[in-house]
Amino acid sequence: MVMLRYAVYRFFTMLLTLLVVSVMVFTIINLPPGDYLSNQIAELQASGQSAGVAKAEFLRAEYALDRPIWEQYLIWIGFWPGPHGFSGLIQGNYGWSFEFDRPVSEIVGDTLWLTVVVNLAAILFVYAVALPLGVIAAARSRTWIDYTSAFVGYLGLATPNFLLALILFYYGHQYFNLPIGGLMDPRFEGEPMSWDKLKSILIHLIVPTFVIGTSGASAMMQRLRANMLDELGKPYVETAIAKGMAPSRMLTKYPLRVAFNPFVADIGNLLPSMVSGSVLVSVVLGLQTIGPTLLTALKTQDQFLSAFILMFVALLTLIGTMISDILLVMLDPRIRYEGREA
Amino acid sequence: MNALLSVRNLSIGFGTGNSVVTDVNFDVEAGQTLALVGESGSGKTITCRAALRILPRSAQIRSGTITLNDSKGMCELTSVSEREMRNVRGNRVSMIFQEPMRSLSPLHKIGNQVSEVLWLHRGLSEAEARKEVLTQFDRVGFPDPQRAYDSYPFELSGGMRQRAMIAMAMVSKPELLIADEPTTALDVTTQAQVLGLIKELQRETGMALILVTHDLGVVANMAEQVVVMHKGRIMEAGPAAPILTAPAHPYTKQLFDAAPEIPDQDAVGIPMPNEDLILQMTGVSKTYTMRSSKGWQSEKAIYACRGVDLNLARGKTLAIVGESGSGKTTAARIALGAELPDPGGEVLFRTAPDVDPITVHSMTRAQRTAFQRKAQMVFQDPYSSLSPRMRVQDAMTEPLEIHRIGTTAEQRDKAAEMLQRVGLTEDMLKRYPHAFSGGQRQRLSVARAMMLDPQLIVCDEPTSALDVSVQEQILSLLEHLQDSLNLSYLFISHDLAVVARIADEVAVMRRGLIVEQAPPETLFYNPRHPYTKALIAAQPEPDINRPIDLKLVSLGAGAPDSWDEAFRFSDTVIPSLVELEPGHKVRCHV
Repeated sequence: MVMLRYAVYRFFTMLLTLLVVSVMVFTIINLPPGDYLSNQIAELQASGQSAGVAKAEFLRAEYALDRPIWEQYLIWIGFWPGPHGFSGLIQGNYGWSFEFDRPVSEIVGDTLWLTVVVNLAAILFVYAVALPLGVIAAARSRTWIDYTSAFVGYLGLATPNFLLALILFYYGHQYFNLPIGGLMDPRFEGEPMSWDKLKSILIHLIVPTFVIGTSGASAMMQRLRANMLDELGKPYVETAIAKGMAPSRMLTKYPLRVAFNPFVADIGNLLPSMVSGSVLVSVVLGLQTIGPTLLTALKTQDQFLSAFILMFVALLTLIGTMISDILLVMLDPRIRYEGREA
Repeated sequence: MNALLSVRNLSIGFGTGNSVVTDVNFDVEAGQTLALVGESGSGKTITCRAALRILPRSAQIRSGTITLNDSKGMCELTSVSEREMRNVRGNRVSMIFQEPMRSLSPLHKIGNQVSEVLWLHRGLSEAEARKEVLTQFDRVGFPDPQRAYDSYPFELSGGMRQRAMIAMAMVSKPELLIADEPTTALDVTTQAQVLGLIKELQRETGMALILVTHDLGVVANMAEQVVVMHKGRIMEAGPAAPILTAPAHPYTKQLFDAAPEIPDQDAVGIPMPNEDLILQMTGVSKTYTMRSSKGWQSEKAIYACRGVDLNLARGKTLAIVGESGSGKTTAARIALGAELPDPGGEVLFRTAPDVDPITVHSMTRAQRTAFQRKAQMVFQDPYSSLSPRMRVQDAMTEPLEIHRIGTTAEQRDKAAEMLQRVGLTEDMLKRYPHAFSGGQRQRLSVARAMMLDPQLIVCDEPTSALDVSVQEQILSLLEHLQDSLNLSYLFISHDLAVVARIADEVAVMRRGLIVEQAPPETLFYNPRHPYTKALIAAQPEPDINRPIDLKLVSLGAGAPDSWDEAFRFSDTVIPSLVELEPGHKVRCHV
């Protein structure tokens, strides 16, 4: 009951935060002077192509770019009637990409969920690798296991991702016949989901997951190790040993439970850093994720496209923090029962 | 060999260094209590942990044997396999640790942590274990075992947590219990009750007990056999009575001399003079509001201090005594201006008898700066109150720099002078705090507080983290400084024996109220309030013929509504302080 109420409360604060983020995103994107269309108009006028100017002027009116900025914002969100009535984000209209001359929804369509898939896979990889290694490194601290895992971890942190990507592609292809580039076989692109398509995506995911997840995994492993070492020195661990518990069970039941908290709290931070951090990797690996599109959109001041992608990343982050907050409350009775009558 | 546990020629060392425990021998007979006494660093804790092989990783047992000989057979604890050892731990030999606050996992329910012992050693199902644990909880004195079972440690008080620890140690019915300073972190009344409980359980089950402690009072109340350790060696060992009445070894004698005692009094003391008051607190209250976790409930008020009136005469010592949560520290913080009293409270500070007082409860920034030069604080824990990254010299001259007093050379000279005053030497200025022992660090804290030539020093439990012999030295130092510099002390403590020695007047606090106030002699000669009586009775005396009177303790240590009609108070009905004789005030209905 307490949990449910907290979850509902947390959901509403998330919506509120999202609203604030949307204001900031929109403001920041409109900070540089001019927009995509005014740039284009200036360019067309300089080269004397009046037909193009007329079209651009038409688009300006069509997308309300000639109105005051606050009105533009409200129209974009969908709180204010634009030239075509209420038609903004909350009505499901993501706007028009001037650069690609197509609706935003069409451009991002597939890449949205592919981004989610790639990053989810990377996060799962991070956790799957960091958890056991961090615990073992802490339990066997100052032994060769600890040193080896630390060494490998630092290598993972220090190797540039794109370099790792190229190396893995080469060897992956040579020895395991892994595909190079892309997130699926080209023949499945645009096809409806099928068993073969899923298989193709999974195989294509192997290298990107590894590449994107390595540095995150080594960072997290080091943090978990440090947390665990702090916890291992605490008296309650001694109590557990004095009870006669076997080391493995003791480790997982007591110190790991406590050391796990910051681990969970990290879920929210992992998502945005992965999305923005994987842009270069996506370019190198030719992944159809949202990163490269965002880069283009930002460079060309394609405001609706970039605003939408930024909002999407913000949404992922907020969902991530919401999940981690709720998990923390579930995991830690000290948060849950704060102030419960003794 | 038929002793339950016999330790022979035990030596333990760290790495390649010298042994920290050397050639230790002792026996524990079934059903008997053996006290392992010593100061910090004496090796007593390491010795008892060696029995369960719970040692720091770099420590190794160099030689000797520890043999357990209980009804389940004979077992050589220093050489059995780790798997065999796990069967001993928590099953045949249990252990209780010092800090009940930190010795239980914060994230697991008490019941789960205690039942685990039965799951591990007897393979009981959850329901079976629950039943046994509930019985055990009942026996260790939980008023509502069911509720305790489903509580998390942070929901219980320190005393209750230690009861849970005892339940955990006892539930498997071991024949030997090792208790490592089980009551050191507890309030004195709680300590008395926990010690009483251990004794009672021991009588019921016939289990043997190794009690590790630094407190001779605890030894006198509990032990049949005593082993006194110093620097890893046994100084004196034998039955408790002769050692406690006529110690043979000079070190044991030294320990006895240093042990603070509540002196026997045969007359009332002289009340503290009521003129030339350096500090005057009138009607000081402090209410904290605790936000409720449930939004619709109103905030809960916590009364940390209620109508506290205190006067401190220049050059005297006023002590505030009480258990944790009694409001004594809050009162001290208000006296220092670190916290503001509720409106209506007044704190006046006079630098000289006939000048206008500083109104501590409403200072301007300039007044505050001036006030801070006159009032300083010495903190409880010398290990954490000095920055480990600052040299002694920097830590000591910092107050002078903040107040822009003197040149660098003058500041340094002043620091050197202060070090000498507190019994340290000038060449220590360049060192870092880690190079000092606990007692030396507390001397440093005192020296630092003295740097601005203050008139008032607030001492917040300045000796409770120290060994008895060091405690003795710090108290002497404080007395000496007071005599030579005419300092005034506001002394916060939970320990009546310490206060007995240094205070000119004692105020006993409970739940934010002063319940009794008198010069220490009067207080010990003629205590009137049940809580004061309980505090005095709970003080363990290093005298085997004066055991703790648990009945007296439980009469006064309970909630205020369990006291005699005359003293009872609640949130709304509070009797006033009544002056029974000159300088002796008690809160009671007349």
